[in-house]
Amino acid sequence: MTKHLNLTLHVWRQKNAKCDGKFVEYPAADISPDMSFLEMLDVVNEGLIRKGEEPITFDHDCREGICGTCSMVINGRPHGPKERTTTCQLHMRSFNDGDSITLEPWRAEAFPVIKDLMVDRGAFDRIIAVGGFISVPTGSPQDANALPIPKQNAELSMDAAACIGCGACVAACPNASAMLFLSAKVSHLGLLPQGQPERYTRVRDMVAQMDAEQFGTCTNHGECEIACPKGIKMENIARMNRDFIKASLTYRVVSGGGGAG
Amino acid sequence: MELNSRIPDGPIEKKWEKHKFDLKLVNPANKRKYKVLVVGSGLAGGAAAASLAELGYEVECFCYQDSPRRAHSIAAQGGINAAKNYQNDGDSVYRLFYDTVKGGDFRAREANVHRLAEVSNNIIDQCVGQGVPFAREYGGLLDNRSFGGAQVSRTFYARGQTGQQLLIGAYQALERQIGLGKVKMFPRHEMLELIVVDGAAKGIITRDMVTGEIKTHLADAVCLATGGYGNVFYLSTNAKGCNATAIWRAYKKGAAFANPCYTQIHPTCIPVTGDHQSKLTLMSESLRNDGRIWVPKKKEDCGKPASQIAEEDRDYYLERKYPSYGNLAPRDIASRAAKQVCDDGRGVGATRLGVYLDFSDAINRLGANKIEEKYGNLFEMYERITDENPYKTPMRIFPASHYTMGGLWVDYNLMSTIPGLFVLGEANFSDHGANRLGASALMQGLADGYFVIPYTIGGYLAGIKPGTRVKADNPAVKEAEQAVADRTEKFLSIGGKETPTHFHQRLGKVMWEFCGMARNEAGLKKALEEIPKIREEFWKNLCIPGSGDDVNQSLESAARVADFLEIGELMCLDALNRRESCGGHFREEWQTEEGEAMRDDENFCHVAAWEYKGEGQTPVRHVEALSYDNVHLATRSYK
Amino acid sequence: MSVAEKSIAGAEARGHGFLASSVGRKVVMAASGIMLFGFVTVHMLGNTQAYMGAEAFNGYAKFLHTMVHGDGIWVFRAVLLVAVGLHIWAATTLTLDNNAARPVGYRAQQNVASTWSSRTMRWSGVILAAFIVYHLLHLTLGTVHPAFNHDNPYANFVSGFKVPAVAGFYIVAQLCLGLHMWHGVWSFTQSLGWSHPRYDGLRRNFATGLTVLVVGVNISYPIAVLTGFIR
Repeated sequence: MTKHLNLTLHVWRQKNAKCDGKFVEYPAADISPDMSFLEMLDVVNEGLIRKGEEPITFDHDCREGICGTCSMVINGRPHGPKERTTTCQLHMRSFNDGDSITLEPWRAEAFPVIKDLMVDRGAFDRIIAVGGFISVPTGSPQDANALPIPKQNAELSMDAAACIGCGACVAACPNASAMLFLSAKVSHLGLLPQGQPERYTRVRDMVAQMDAEQFGTCTNHGECEIACPKGIKMENIARMNRDFIKASLTYRVVSGGGGAG
Repeated sequence: MELNSRIPDGPIEKKWEKHKFDLKLVNPANKRKYKVLVVGSGLAGGAAAASLAELGYEVECFCYQDSPRRAHSIAAQGGINAAKNYQNDGDSVYRLFYDTVKGGDFRAREANVHRLAEVSNNIIDQCVGQGVPFAREYGGLLDNRSFGGAQVSRTFYARGQTGQQLLIGAYQALERQIGLGKVKMFPRHEMLELIVVDGAAKGIITRDMVTGEIKTHLADAVCLATGGYGNVFYLSTNAKGCNATAIWRAYKKGAAFANPCYTQIHPTCIPVTGDHQSKLTLMSESLRNDGRIWVPKKKEDCGKPASQIAEEDRDYYLERKYPSYGNLAPRDIASRAAKQVCDDGRGVGATRLGVYLDFSDAINRLGANKIEEKYGNLFEMYERITDENPYKTPMRIFPASHYTMGGLWVDYNLMSTIPGLFVLGEANFSDHGANRLGASALMQGLADGYFVIPYTIGGYLAGIKPGTRVKADNPAVKEAEQAVADRTEKFLSIGGKETPTHFHQRLGKVMWEFCGMARNEAGLKKALEEIPKIREEFWKNLCIPGSGDDVNQSLESAARVADFLEIGELMCLDALNRRESCGGHFREEWQTEEGEAMRDDENFCHVAAWEYKGEGQTPVRHVEALSYDNVHLATRSYK
Repeated sequence: MSVAEKSIAGAEARGHGFLASSVGRKVVMAASGIMLFGFVTVHMLGNTQAYMGAEAFNGYAKFLHTMVHGDGIWVFRAVLLVAVGLHIWAATTLTLDNNAARPVGYRAQQNVASTWSSRTMRWSGVILAAFIVYHLLHLTLGTVHPAFNHDNPYANFVSGFKVPAVAGFYIVAQLCLGLHMWHGVWSFTQSLGWSHPRYDGLRRNFATGLTVLVVGVNISYPIAVLTGFIR
């Protein structure tokens, strides 16, 4: 049996978006190294509830690293110290007995804190809603094999599509920029032939919404790439910039083509 | 209660075509006058909300997650089936239909399954059109892989993240409609009550999980696409938030609950490590394409490292028992076989509840690179969780609760026994019978959302006069609102000592032991005694700190556990009454000498749908007979 | 506050103006940066003539002042002024936006991928701006040069660097330039979308090589004067 850990947590507690928050210290005793990080928090929370105190609120759902819900900055790093790992898949064997762990929410103007470690990432949805799609109403596409797609493009597209929308890129970026998130979607769709018709309007609309949400801008630090649990590359940001420049240089207003029937 | 399945007449391959023509249509200009509520935003809900909005209906969509992109469909790894026959290996709509009926152990409705197989091809077209980056061959065409329960390669996949990619496709379609103002999205909203007026579903009541506000939403029809109830076992492959509250509320308002005992235990999950375990992680079934499952032949070898067990001392039990399907035997069979060898004392790992899934042969044959290309992300995930390298030592796996074939009873139009209440995806019962084949859940969710509900809901709405929506001051609405408020207040005022998780774990243990992979009369009766005791204690000794007017995760959890404590009882009741073994429902009293499931077609070739009769009353079991006119009833054999 | 309540029409409200957009301003930053780094490279190369003696150096200065009938230098200056202006404008507005994007910081911030160079761009930029003003007053206008002679740039150059404090300031400023360029040169390739995995290694090497060259040669001037190599 491996040795259990005793840890000290410094957790950001904030009742709601309007109240001020503060750090509160909690012991986490007798933690098995086989626990996931969230299971460790479960143990702490069970203790708090039994004492009649409000448990630490944090977002989580699938607990298998794919839904993108879990979000917390662990000792200054989104999703903690292990690369390509979400908080829910981070295991306590990555920590040592006696460690002190600081837990903070994603920090960004565009991600207001809802409670404790839970933030509102609705800005991401709104960015997708203005252009992060291919307009293809149900029932309209042709046969799936009618359009061959080079394997390499399909793979690169898949690399970008692996984004889980967790927001770690924003949390890690010193400028709270969402450009890795945005560029992943621009690349996912822009690398495929189906995505071409809307390729340039997509990038313009999404960037405009990103700015409206008050995300910062990319200054090419590269923190996002390291923090991304799915290994999304900064290459995508360059691709997005390229598309954005082309979109802006070649933009023209198209008048509606609706016929009178 | 009458169970009219409304299956259209005619030969099986013409039924859907004919039905689509027979369904009444809603005039395009009138569509915007109808409001539809879609609860859940996974493959079924997301696809339905987007498709209905594209048609012109006014749609409101709800999910408990912070974004519709996070629904648990996202976690499906392996793939989605379709009868494209791109591989030229003998697949067809009829074969997909046949395999699904057989895979479901002859407890699914033929007509529904055939429709599912028919639209499976449209789904692939739709998803590719949306930009789902399915795996491709070098020539640029789509690749397929094989999956359990089929002898053709018909599974389309996007690495080990097929569910994620399909969901993102549906999510993007949904977001597009949100951007266009056609869908109003309500994330972090949980449905807590169904509003039924004059026998028809007319709205829902939700709790805003951020502000605690109880809100009423009125509409002309309600679609529930809220997934299954697998979390009744506490430990399952479902997301922590997955719950049965929406369907349970609907059941208590009069929707029949069909086949609650049909649960799928997935054979390839990462074994439990201790009491702290909060959920189980699935390893895609696709791993069984190249991995070989074995345990030591001798009990005394179980403690040794796998590498020290000689080839001749290994028991590749699936290959031995089912030579023609081997490691690709359907899920229920593979799970039960794993349980049998562990019951036999031949399990591996610290808890002895595990079997090996070994890739060394495949690595020798294809090279580690090829294996990494196919399963790299799954291997990585395994290593992250277990700290063991599956390229070097075999994976350890064990079955876990994964999917529930049972759900609210629906007719051919996906409408429940409450008019206007439609049920889609895992939440309904219709297509998988007593066992679901791999890569079929994604298919069914998307089929319901993209290609069934857009037609069938029109048929219902065409019969309602536009503008006759129920008003907020209707007494039935007020009553439902009050019920939700009272219930919330009740949770907060118990003032006991124990957490919701505590009760959930206790329920889970009872369910797993007595209503899990194998069931028997004595065990089920015991469970039916135990569950009410836990429930009683729950209502006396629950502790929920905080209030109801902001984020309160304990409160959310308590409300879900309260419903699981009731649903578990119904599952056991159903399992007790189904005195046969079929698919995922294995009654130890009904097995062949070789330990295979023994169906009783004479007495149980039917759907059991339960009708709620009030608090403390035993629900009534109704029966919908199943007829097999095309796939003839036969003993399922994968030998 | 739920997601549904906030407008998704933000894009419409904000407009699609290239210069108003974050990426557009990044492009301005990159494009003006290219002009400025091109200038410092040419400036560095031209100044190597200091090693060829007073005649060559003064001749080079004269050429600059007389090319295209004496208008050339003004065209140059105008372009540079615009580039500097745009660079500072883009930097200032983006910095303000970025600060506003994270009003509350982390207690336990850990930087993993970013470099000292990338994190200090703002400060190295400000120091460079101050340096440029001083440099112009010192060796172009002569306002702060104690022994300035309009007709003998070489003498100004030598006597200017003979003051150790001045030489020291130049050296510090050049190190700032190095920090700024090392991140800046790599960064503009990224901002302008000149990225391809096959050549990505090259981008970093290019930035490093150019930075070492420019800064190395530039620093050599005050050192050469102080050590008496140039007199």
